[in-house]
Amino acid sequence: MSIILAAEALSCVRQDRVLFENLSFQLSAGQVLYIQGKNGAGKSSLLRLLAGLTLPEDGRILFRGKPLSEQAEVFAEHLLFIGHHSGIHPQLTALQNLAFWAAISEQAVADPYQLLGSLGLAGLEDIPCFMLSAGQQRRVSLARLWFSSQLLWILDEPFTSLDQQLIAKLEQHFLQHLAKGGVIVLTSHQHLAAEYPALQAIELEYRW
Amino acid sequence: MVMWRALVQRELQLLGRQKADWLNPLVFFLLVLSLFPLGIGPEPGMLKQIAPGLVWIAALLSVLLSAERLFKDDYRYGVIEQLVARRQGLFSYVTAKICCHWLSTGVPLVLVSPLIAVLLGLDWQSWQVLLVTLLLGTPVLSLLSVLGAALTMAADKGGILQALIILPLYIPLLIFASGAMEAAATALPYTGQLAVLVAFLLFALALVPLAVRQALRMNVG
Repeated sequence: MSIILAAEALSCVRQDRVLFENLSFQLSAGQVLYIQGKNGAGKSSLLRLLAGLTLPEDGRILFRGKPLSEQAEVFAEHLLFIGHHSGIHPQLTALQNLAFWAAISEQAVADPYQLLGSLGLAGLEDIPCFMLSAGQQRRVSLARLWFSSQLLWILDEPFTSLDQQLIAKLEQHFLQHLAKGGVIVLTSHQHLAAEYPALQAIELEYRW
Repeated sequence: MVMWRALVQRELQLLGRQKADWLNPLVFFLLVLSLFPLGIGPEPGMLKQIAPGLVWIAALLSVLLSAERLFKDDYRYGVIEQLVARRQGLFSYVTAKICCHWLSTGVPLVLVSPLIAVLLGLDWQSWQVLLVTLLLGTPVLSLLSVLGAALTMAADKGGILQALIILPLYIPLLIFASGAMEAAATALPYTGQLAVLVAFLLFALALVPLAVRQALRMNVG
């Protein structure tokens, strides 16, 4: 199997504190990287490194065998990153937010009403997102996963404030993405319920 | 192009929802200008003499006022972070922001200029020059304020910092725009000043969007 994403001896320093060092992993098509760790252990920092937003203190990240720095555009093309903040503007409606992200990733949403309806947002498509609950906003944000064709998903705490039913649905969707040869990197404080064919887990220690 | 249209549409939807963002600067502009005749006295000769500087100072401050919150929300809710990770749409996003900022703050100033001409007792000729300087100058104001907003978006109280960064850049614009109006008022040729304004505009159009994109990346990284 071809290796999609690899990290070689990554180190990350934030405010003079070493979050992690000498971290390596390899992810091939269909694999999940599940990052665990206490608050402040560096999970989000690791994801931001992998998404190409910040540069590692040491080490390098390879996408399909080539360093990120040499092919930033190509990598970004294949990346779907949903960070700690949802990327949802609270003054816009669910439909408008969806249209914005669809335009950015240059993909058309065939039926946005049907998509939002399937995520339990039927009837809430046309009201500004600040009127929605935290979980509902998270659903609007995650709706992108259902129409994006990117290979690599990097998701920071995707399950936060979702109910059990939607978590199950989301994990089902993860499995479909993996079956198609996708790669997922995610952080979470809760255990993954579904059976993943090839799961790699990393536990980040909280260090002083 | 499809993407750009969608991004402009989003900005317009946001402006539609947050009317204070573009109404406040306009009201501020009109308030300042209507206070001057009251404070200085209504002699038409005096007002006409100080009108060029007055209009342009009020325009500068009102555009500055409008720019502070430009990127704040998108930064806070992670939109910019995800755009930077995505790379592709970032430049379109920046140009859409600039265009819509001009549409929402520059164009209203141009539209109320006849009213300003009446308030300050400008004649037909001076109003025309005012209109031309506003048409050429307000896009530069918008470009520079977007740059200031992008540089300071991560700062908690970025307003004063932004003013400190941007006001010095406004000064050449202020000098040449009011210079053109003064020259016109004394029936001197003013095409030189207008040419300088055009040069400012072209220069800013070419460079500022790139600088804004870089500033957004820098703030996220």
